[in-house]
Amino acid sequence: MHEHDVLVVGAGGAGLRAAIAAHEEGADVALVTKLHPVRSHTGAAEGGINAVLREGDSWEDHAYDTMKGSDYLGDAPAVETLCQDSPEETIQLEHWGMPFSREEDGRVSQRPFGGLSFPRTTYAGAETGHHLLHTLYQQVVKRGIEVYDEWYVTRLAVTDHEEPEDRKCHGVVAFDVMSGEVRGFRARNGVILATGGPGQVFDHTTNAVSNTGDGPAMAYRAGVPMEDMEFIQFHPTTLPSTGVLISEGVRGEGGILYNELGERFMFEHGYASNAGELASRDVVSRAELTEVNEGRGIEDEYVHLDMRHLGEERIIDRLENILHLASDFEGVDGLVEPMPVKPGQHYAMGGIETDENGETCIDGLYAAGECACVSVHGANRLGGNALPELIVFGARAGRHAAGTDLGETLIETGRTEDSETGEIDTPVVPGSIHADEDAVADGGPDVGDSESRRAESDGGSREGGASVVPEATEIVERAVEAENRRIDHLMEKDEGVQQAELREKLQKSMTRNVNVFRTEEGLKQALRDIREVREQYEDVYVDDPSRTFNTDLQQTIEMRNLIDTAEAITLGALARDEFRGAHWRAEFQERRDEEWLKHTLLSWNDGTPELWFKPVILEGEEKTYEPKIRSY
Amino acid sequence: MSTQLEERETEAEVDAGHSEPRSAYQERRLDDKEKRREQRERERQDEERAEEAENTVHIKVFRYDPEVAEKQEPRFDDFHVPFEKGMTVLDAVMYARDHHDSSLTFRHSCRQAICGSDAFFINGRQRLGCQTQIADLETPVRVEPLPHKEVVKDLVVDMDHFFDQMEAVEPYFQTNEAPDSDLDEQRQSRENREKIKMGTRCIWCACCQSSCNIAAGDNEFLGPAAISMAYRFAMDEREGGDMKEHRLRIVEQEHGVWRCQTQFSCTNVCPKDIPLTEHIQELKREAVKKNLKFW
Repeated sequence: MHEHDVLVVGAGGAGLRAAIAAHEEGADVALVTKLHPVRSHTGAAEGGINAVLREGDSWEDHAYDTMKGSDYLGDAPAVETLCQDSPEETIQLEHWGMPFSREEDGRVSQRPFGGLSFPRTTYAGAETGHHLLHTLYQQVVKRGIEVYDEWYVTRLAVTDHEEPEDRKCHGVVAFDVMSGEVRGFRARNGVILATGGPGQVFDHTTNAVSNTGDGPAMAYRAGVPMEDMEFIQFHPTTLPSTGVLISEGVRGEGGILYNELGERFMFEHGYASNAGELASRDVVSRAELTEVNEGRGIEDEYVHLDMRHLGEERIIDRLENILHLASDFEGVDGLVEPMPVKPGQHYAMGGIETDENGETCIDGLYAAGECACVSVHGANRLGGNALPELIVFGARAGRHAAGTDLGETLIETGRTEDSETGEIDTPVVPGSIHADEDAVADGGPDVGDSESRRAESDGGSREGGASVVPEATEIVERAVEAENRRIDHLMEKDEGVQQAELREKLQKSMTRNVNVFRTEEGLKQALRDIREVREQYEDVYVDDPSRTFNTDLQQTIEMRNLIDTAEAITLGALARDEFRGAHWRAEFQERRDEEWLKHTLLSWNDGTPELWFKPVILEGEEKTYEPKIRSY
Repeated sequence: MSTQLEERETEAEVDAGHSEPRSAYQERRLDDKEKRREQRERERQDEERAEEAENTVHIKVFRYDPEVAEKQEPRFDDFHVPFEKGMTVLDAVMYARDHHDSSLTFRHSCRQAICGSDAFFINGRQRLGCQTQIADLETPVRVEPLPHKEVVKDLVVDMDHFFDQMEAVEPYFQTNEAPDSDLDEQRQSRENREKIKMGTRCIWCACCQSSCNIAAGDNEFLGPAAISMAYRFAMDEREGGDMKEHRLRIVEQEHGVWRCQTQFSCTNVCPKDIPLTEHIQELKREAVKKNLKFW
């Protein structure tokens, strides 16, 4: 068993920043990641980092833009924290050598971005994420922070108290991808989940193949609520054939969207009469799909993004990476022809419920970055607000987990007096196939004796009443045993269904039914499909008999996480009968503030998911953000 | 493509969302759209039939697994994968894995040439699988692990040595002249950023190191990626003069820049078009200027 003060799961922007922060506070910290850190998907982020750095801008304006963009579902304390901390965190990156693009006077460059009232998106070409990721990894190397790379974390080691709020996280279980060996990792202070987005739930996504929602799914099963999962951002400009992202920076620099008739539809069809192409992402994505649906799309599939008029010099200077992507993945030369683009899944606004310090309702369990939901983005994230989220909340989680006092939090986690119970009319039963415990759904057979079953589930099952709380190491050891049983079962089984077939089925259904435009029937169909996949998953097996670098095994375990994440997204979408931000419902064309200024939360509840709500916090430090009609 | 399905769905939704009567113009457009869709559907079916008849791509993939008896002797497996326009080598091996043999093993993640996971030896050249169009290659397409690296399994190689070499050049920013204020950035001229720009694009894929004859024969040679990384910091005006001296000393060592024989293989294979050879030569010149040691 490995032991550290702080364990960080995932080594993208948020994970690396958290590890550095914990290390600076004097903690013994280690990163555990299924990829090598430089392979993390933060590297694919292109546009920039929103930070208030210049005369004429203020954090209050940044906060206002963010709240408006969130369609008034962001929590003000989180939003204001983001906007106040971002400048210092961004300049910290520069001090660590990040190669930002520069102005004539040698200062870092900023550009306009969607939904912003000031050009505050600080960028490094069109590859800001790549430079951010590498800069942070360099600092990890410099500090000699321990990295367990290509170790796949599959389970959290959490006590089995009745109420999630009483539970404590003592570590994680991971297997070494290289050798297949399963080991326990004990965390004396805390575990920080920084596992990134769940984009692989969809088949047309900008997300990497590794973005499988591992962190949220593990936390969910351990008892942490999933917050606002229905809010999925579809980025308006992705390449039609692959889902590769074309940065909002193209529109920020002056790129124009045209339909098949050569109309500049954002203006000419009144989608955003003021901001046009630089309206927020939900607005632009819906506009594009409406054009296509009304017969004005190109090849009835996509629209054109034109940047030719910007001129070669400016494109090479600020958007060079976009030229490479368009030519490598679509065979289009962005200097001489417009690029085909359509909306693609890009980011999850929802995730693991945390407070401003990244802490969840389970003691010693934190989350930061895209896998977390603080919530700064509410119903729709503004472009350029994801990278600051990684560094601001990564740093805070790292410091807090290391034992530093960051003051009182205003966001409460877990169930409180303000929680209200909700109901969803589902066509099939969601959650575990086996109501008594969730071990089987983890791919293992019914183990039988209750003692071993206690250790089996992520959250632990109980035989009535309080049990004696075992020592931390025992909690981790039990989780290791349970994981070994699951893996042995998957490896020993030699027939059944394979994960690739299930993955394709799930992704197709989600892309068809839980997309930009959602209908009640579509969402119900998705739930039926997810249920079917869950039932088939009972019969899943790993065909590759080798313990060496077994990606078949890894993907089979990821598949379980995709099922739980997809179900949470769809349940939330069905529950919210209004139109807000990225969540569009055919049957409900209005934002309904009187009823819906609240977050949707889902608790796994040992396999029988429960819906509940908590109010959004619109009161900031000095002002209250009054919901207004959102137009651009 | 799933979009076909989406359209049907969303059209119904649009109907539900807009109850006002449609203009004749709009009706005509929608009729046209319907006709086009039927036409496309017919074309698609024709295409499918044609594809089944002939349109598959033949790939030969290297297989080896020390743990599995029948794979202990390295071999090539043949896969026939349905070809689609725009298909990459990564798409093809993924298809083979997901539909034919789930034990086929390789690293991959981002699918867009930024994570550096899927460097393979494709038709005798180091390339990223995701960045290489099948249509540009002679068939059968041979996919092998990177040469000069220990094979772990199938296309997966041990990258530890590469990472060690990278870390040997102190690949992190160091300066004694940081601004006092937490909100005050260091100044850097546009020209200087331009100078280091290509060096900062490295994605640590190891194509260059694998292609380098010198690296193949000298395990201690820092290799092109690490030297280019050193260049990126040595030339960064924000670090300051003392640091540049320190960095030059690292790359001037016996197994540093002077081992390079300017064969340009690293520059030729780099998927990010980094002028590696040029960077190495410039460091040699700097060393001569500073009277550092020749090896």
